[in-house]
Amino acid sequence: MNRAAYIARRLLRTVLVTVAVVLVSFFLIRLAPGDAATVMAGQSGYADEALIQSLRAEYGLDQPLPVQLWKYVSAVARGDLGRSYERRQPVLDIILERLPNTLLLDGFALAVALAGGIALGALAARRPGSAGDAGVTALAMLFYAVPQFWLGMMAVLVFSVWLAVLPPFGIETMGADYTGLMRIADVARHMILPGMTLALYYMASYARLTRTQMIEVSGQDFVRTARAKGLSERQVARRHVLRNALIPIITYAGLQASILVGGTVLVENVFSWPGVGTLAYEAVTARDNPLLLGIFIVTAVLVSLFNLFTDIAYSIADPRVQLQ
Amino acid sequence: MNPLVSIEGLSVALPPGGDRRFAIRDVNLQIGASEIVCIVGESGSGKSVTAQALMGLLPPGLEPLGGRVLFDGRDIMHQGAAAWQRMRGRDIAMIFQDPMAALNPVMAVGHQIAEQIRAHRPVGGRAALAEAAGLMAQMGLDGSLVTAYPHQLSGGQRQRVMIAMALSLSPRLLIADEPTTALDVTTQAQILALIRKVQAERRMSVLFISHDFGVVSDIADRVAVMRLGEMVEAGPARDVLDRPSHAYTQSLIAAVPRLSGSPAPLAPQKPLLAVTGLSKHYRHGGLLSRRSTRALEGVSLSLQRGETLGIVGESGSGKSTLARCVVRLVEADAGEVLFDGADLRRLKDRPLRDARKRVQMVFQDPFSSLNPRHTVGEIVTAGPRAHGQPRAAVLTRAVEMLKLVGLGEAALPRYPHEFSGGQRQRIGLARALMLAPDVLIADEPVSALDVTVQAQVLDLLDKVRRQMNLAMLFITHDMRVAARICHRVMVMRQGRVVEEGATAALFGAPKSDYTRQLLAAIPGRARLEA
Amino acid sequence: MKAVLLPFLARFLARPQSLIGLCVFIAIVAVALAAPLLFPKGPFAIVGMPLLAPGTNGLPAGSDVLGRDMLVGLAYGARVSLLVGISSTCCAVGAGVLLGAVAGYYGGVVDDVLMRVTEFFQIIPAFVLLMVLVAFVQPSLASTVIGIALITWPQVARVVRGEFLALRTREFVEAARLVGESDMSIIFRQILPNALPPIVVIGSMMVGSAILTESALSFLGLGDPDLMSWGSMIGASRSAMWVAWWTTVLPGVAIMVTVLALNFIGDGLNEALSPRRRQ
Repeated sequence: MNRAAYIARRLLRTVLVTVAVVLVSFFLIRLAPGDAATVMAGQSGYADEALIQSLRAEYGLDQPLPVQLWKYVSAVARGDLGRSYERRQPVLDIILERLPNTLLLDGFALAVALAGGIALGALAARRPGSAGDAGVTALAMLFYAVPQFWLGMMAVLVFSVWLAVLPPFGIETMGADYTGLMRIADVARHMILPGMTLALYYMASYARLTRTQMIEVSGQDFVRTARAKGLSERQVARRHVLRNALIPIITYAGLQASILVGGTVLVENVFSWPGVGTLAYEAVTARDNPLLLGIFIVTAVLVSLFNLFTDIAYSIADPRVQLQ
Repeated sequence: MNPLVSIEGLSVALPPGGDRRFAIRDVNLQIGASEIVCIVGESGSGKSVTAQALMGLLPPGLEPLGGRVLFDGRDIMHQGAAAWQRMRGRDIAMIFQDPMAALNPVMAVGHQIAEQIRAHRPVGGRAALAEAAGLMAQMGLDGSLVTAYPHQLSGGQRQRVMIAMALSLSPRLLIADEPTTALDVTTQAQILALIRKVQAERRMSVLFISHDFGVVSDIADRVAVMRLGEMVEAGPARDVLDRPSHAYTQSLIAAVPRLSGSPAPLAPQKPLLAVTGLSKHYRHGGLLSRRSTRALEGVSLSLQRGETLGIVGESGSGKSTLARCVVRLVEADAGEVLFDGADLRRLKDRPLRDARKRVQMVFQDPFSSLNPRHTVGEIVTAGPRAHGQPRAAVLTRAVEMLKLVGLGEAALPRYPHEFSGGQRQRIGLARALMLAPDVLIADEPVSALDVTVQAQVLDLLDKVRRQMNLAMLFITHDMRVAARICHRVMVMRQGRVVEEGATAALFGAPKSDYTRQLLAAIPGRARLEA
Repeated sequence: MKAVLLPFLARFLARPQSLIGLCVFIAIVAVALAAPLLFPKGPFAIVGMPLLAPGTNGLPAGSDVLGRDMLVGLAYGARVSLLVGISSTCCAVGAGVLLGAVAGYYGGVVDDVLMRVTEFFQIIPAFVLLMVLVAFVQPSLASTVIGIALITWPQVARVVRGEFLALRTREFVEAARLVGESDMSIIFRQILPNALPPIVVIGSMMVGSAILTESALSFLGLGDPDLMSWGSMIGASRSAMWVAWWTTVLPGVAIMVTVLALNFIGDGLNEALSPRRRQ
């Protein structure tokens, strides 16, 4: 099989996952006690039977299941994720408004985590068992055991409450109305705490993975060949060890994306970062089910697209992809 | 004339806690200019450690203890890392046993060769790549393979790449550590010829490590024999091979099976097992790319009581698939497997279990063929217990069978890891014999064993065959092994039968070209058969 | 079995981290079990003024925003964490082992379907799905446990399937088929014991991550409202964090110590179970 077939297969997977997400969503709606009509009627304060019936008819809830499924699927395919109960706005519009903030935060966290994690992991692998290695391993252990949201709160406690050097909440200073570079600097300052909180956990896992991969690859025959060729230790490490050790890290970054979204929900909430994560929390507290479900669908599609991207990167990095 | 390399009293310590203190001890060896020196020995003899010490690439944990290594009159063992780095690849180059593992999987092979050139000479990337292509062409590789990745090449091609890389800076010494062990016999012959050719052209010295006396006798000018880290005997090839002075060398050479003297065919009887038209194709790929490879195509054979039929072939010949299709570990696509009158392929459930009981198998890998979490007792008794035989009788038979294969009752409560490779194969044989089979299928049962152990296990198999009047299907890639034990031989290639006949007749006067090639490729014929 | 178990225990306990992890874990289990005996009034009882600092009024861990004893809350929180962590892991491991074993051993369509399903769970944002699930069916202990098990079983299934796939073509399994052992016997007697080490390791790690997930749910207000959990304690005291650090710091430390202990145990099991590849 060649690379094109591999990518085609991965593309097919992305489509299948998306379809499955929509199907799962449809059945999740039916999991909630009472249908949308009773909830909406309840929220409007007039829960009489006539209103509920008319809402049912309006939203098509009185029709047979397959018809409802078909309507739901075709609506989602058109980008119609329904209307928020609470805000009476299309769900997709609400999400898209918040999405850039989340992408900014996640992109920053991912970049920091990858760069820092690979560097730390490579450092630790250089001399397994040394103090540096033990330090990296211990830090990774610690960050694995700490709830991310709590780590964020501790960061606020230290850097905002005690040291008062970084802003604890929001994406920019309220009422300051900065423009241009000042605004960028302001957002960047706000991003440090939530971004680092998010990044540290993934940095720990990338460091751990890089370390084990480097140690594993170092023991392989082709590394001995590289030494037998008369390459310097530096050349051996860079061209042969790191190059091979990074391949699984690409795949791992894709798989971690889904976990990153979960972390984002929590961290955004701690720092009141106006992204999709705080939106999800607002949807939960307001019992705004269409919005919550919409967030699930949008984030799932984004993560599977990100996975498609890492799969393509992987197929470029590893020529053996043809073997699979 | 001074030797190029002189190893004097070299000792290397093993990390504490091992079964012996030294990896090698007081080794003395000299390699003259443009001379091929072979170190031969069984596993654990320290032959590879000697080569690694010479390259300054001892694995972590192994420390040189004493002695010195002179290269061109200069002590290299105590030189610094930078000096080693300049020397490796330029003065001493090395090729390894498994060329797939020895090449970087994500780098095109041409670039891997160019990388070595550029590590020692100030040339541009393009020029180095052109040189790499030239070297590959000299090794008989097509120019288009410069940009190929290791997994796209065959085993022989990969080893040619390794040789091209090793020769890229015209080293004065080439170390070859079991370079043909992972290759098929015909490929092995080609690689050996290539090494001899480039050695003669470049007047280079070669240190060749091998376990195979056949290979050694084909290539060596001088031979050194090692055992348990010590050098037993060294001298010119004809002295060591033809008139070995040390008893260990003598026993090693005697253990190499000879091609002549095969058992004579038995008088024909009604066959116990008759296979006709067996075919198997493996399908892979998903919706988008469906392919199928032929593993077996219309294979027929017959086997009678008390007879050993050898199935001989190189990798990919389908010989292991044949064994697995006969016992239905793999389901064939078409064909008939008549065993004692019934078609095994049509049986199900109970009848299948009863028939299978009478067709048992011995496997290749002494490590993976025994469940590491079960005691020997559990391993050998599992079969009869699954068939509901009474416990006491099963245990009595287990002791009997363990004795038959040369192990005692004491083996029962022990775990497989407490046994050596040869002993494990004996346990595997005892397991197969527990159900009192009529047919024994042996799939490369000795290919993972050292030559002396190999001879013992072969003798045991033959003894058991005679004693229990078994019909034996013996699968092997090694013509010598087949010649030693088989009444008849069937040669397979790419899933088809090439030819079949009485062993002595077939090996003496092969009818097909392929069999002739196989026989010609057997290393060491000239010397060992004389 | 004894011959295998004893050296394994010795290897496990030889690492100081494993021993520390085990001791801490046992202590937490003891606290969780003893909580109703030690504090019969329960974690929701108001014992004094809100936000009393640790050490004042005879409250070693202070009081929370509503004047409840933090120490009692911490003790009862251990019950929820351990209950959720252990029971959701048991469900996930049970389902994962069964499905993974069947898929890995038999292959074919079952395997294809299982692989697609696990891929789905690998790709979708599991925590968001969990939020949706728990929010839709009402937050409760049961919905938390089932929800966590539902998003984590595929990990186990993948690992088990991989092990079975690799082990089923081993020669000792082929030999077992040839001598007539049944499929059940081969799956449970031959293959499973060899596949056990990774299952044990992943299981011990999953308890810790389930505890983290539970705390995150509770923090967002998606925990069982009738139970005091560490996560909900942190969530409830967010507004008080600026003036009363202990209300957020202490439950967080409790989570960290518990998960750390479990991960130490998991690492120790991993070291003790996997034979050293390199000396």
